[in-house]
Amino acid sequence: MTRILPRPTALSQPYWDGCREGVLRLQQCADCARFQFYPRCICSHCAGTRLEWQTVSGRGVLASYTVVQRGISAAYPAPYVVALIDLAEGPRMMSSVIGAAPEELQVGAAVEVNFAEWSPDIDMPVFRLIEQARGESS
Amino acid sequence: MAIANMSGKVAIVGAFDTPVGAIPGSTPMELCVQAALGALADAGLRREQVDGLVTCNAMAQPMLYHAEAMAEYLQIFPRYCMAVGAGGGTTFSIIHHAAAAIVTGMADIVLVAMADSLRSGLSREQALLVQSSTGHPEFEQPFGPTVPAYYGLIARAHMARYGTTAEQLAQVAVSGRAHAVLNPAAQMRDPITIADVLDSRMIADPLHLLDCSLVSDGGSAIVLTSAELARDLAQAPVYLLGAGEGHTHEHISQAHSLTTSAAREAGERAYAMAGLGPRDMDFAQLYDCFTPTVLIELEDLGFCAKGEGGAFLESGATLPGGTLPVNTHGGLLSHCHPGNPGSMFALTETVWQLRHAAGARQVRDAGVALVHAQGGIMSSHTALILGREAG
Repeated sequence: MTRILPRPTALSQPYWDGCREGVLRLQQCADCARFQFYPRCICSHCAGTRLEWQTVSGRGVLASYTVVQRGISAAYPAPYVVALIDLAEGPRMMSSVIGAAPEELQVGAAVEVNFAEWSPDIDMPVFRLIEQARGESS
Repeated sequence: MAIANMSGKVAIVGAFDTPVGAIPGSTPMELCVQAALGALADAGLRREQVDGLVTCNAMAQPMLYHAEAMAEYLQIFPRYCMAVGAGGGTTFSIIHHAAAAIVTGMADIVLVAMADSLRSGLSREQALLVQSSTGHPEFEQPFGPTVPAYYGLIARAHMARYGTTAEQLAQVAVSGRAHAVLNPAAQMRDPITIADVLDSRMIADPLHLLDCSLVSDGGSAIVLTSAELARDLAQAPVYLLGAGEGHTHEHISQAHSLTTSAAREAGERAYAMAGLGPRDMDFAQLYDCFTPTVLIELEDLGFCAKGEGGAFLESGATLPGGTLPVNTHGGLLSHCHPGNPGSMFALTETVWQLRHAAGARQVRDAGVALVHAQGGIMSSHTALILGREAG
């Protein structure tokens, strides 16, 4: 059983290409300068249509999280974390937090993007607590 | 533009529930027909008098044109006919729309009948489809969120922001069960305590098994007509005094708030139409697919201040005999939850309460009630206000 895979569209392909390259990209509106997620053909703030892909910091905070104890399928062995991340650039996205015990998590904790291979073609953006990410790189 | 005020112009004149729980011998269509005929008999109407039909699709027996299939099965030939693809708030949204259809003359007698067999009728593939039917397919589903996980995110956010506790959430389940104990039709009738909820298996932290609603088979139907036609039928009419909707997002990652929902706008619009407020409600039925939804709905519908839902629950207000009994049939947590039809049972229960025909669980002197449901992940909200008097 395989994990659920996103099906990139022509519009979202630069996002998924970024994930394969190890960078998080968001659309930024050339009219109002704000960022958005998920990718759209209009700006979700001002409805402008001049949207440009920008590589962003990959940092954010945990807006909320849950530890799933009963996985959605055999491809998702529990426990695992489903989280909402408020990115430093503004948008919120769903993701997972890896490499942390559930009791280490708290709403507001600083996190940083990592990438995890979901299939030979797809890497997913996942997050680590920032202290922990630093600890491993030092 | 101000909408025409429908308050008091439409009434529920028939209501019926099939048995609920595990009903393996009946298909969803058979349960839907049984509910429909029961509601018509309750109203004292013949099926050929129905000129409007609304159903929901059944996950265990999906059909492209479900309402037409139902009309064909019943051999009725309505001039207003539609199936909705979702449940929860959509069920009450369609009551709102059907009422508008009656007021504008699109139909005179609208039968709303819904049934499904989530407990006995789903294949493995259909069950997985139900699990993954919510969530953005490209940007949420790959992370493996289960339906309880979405509501776990909401519960955690409320706990972090307002200090709400797992015990306060558990009180929603305890309260629902206390009502179900009094309801012979409920699927789960053994009393439970807060400790029972907290000791039950963790499903999606902070939500335990008993924070999650049931999986059931069952069907339910009501009949709506104009206040004029309602006067000559078999039962005392239950009038629609107010209706309001609010729709803010589909996917939880796109919600502007995790702790305040469009139940607020839905409630404000329904109260405005009815000319009533939260303090006028004798009881409320609040959509309880998971315990945190009731907590947030109590706040957003004005029964307590934002952030004080936990304390309100702790006070015992929602219990039988409390100042605001909530989910007097037992709700989705203890009465039944067959999926899309789930909200219907809150509506039929409200009809019986307002007829003063609810037996041991009757809310004393019940005159006006608020019924609310949400669908998606706190996405689509509709509040209805129902009363014994037309206004």
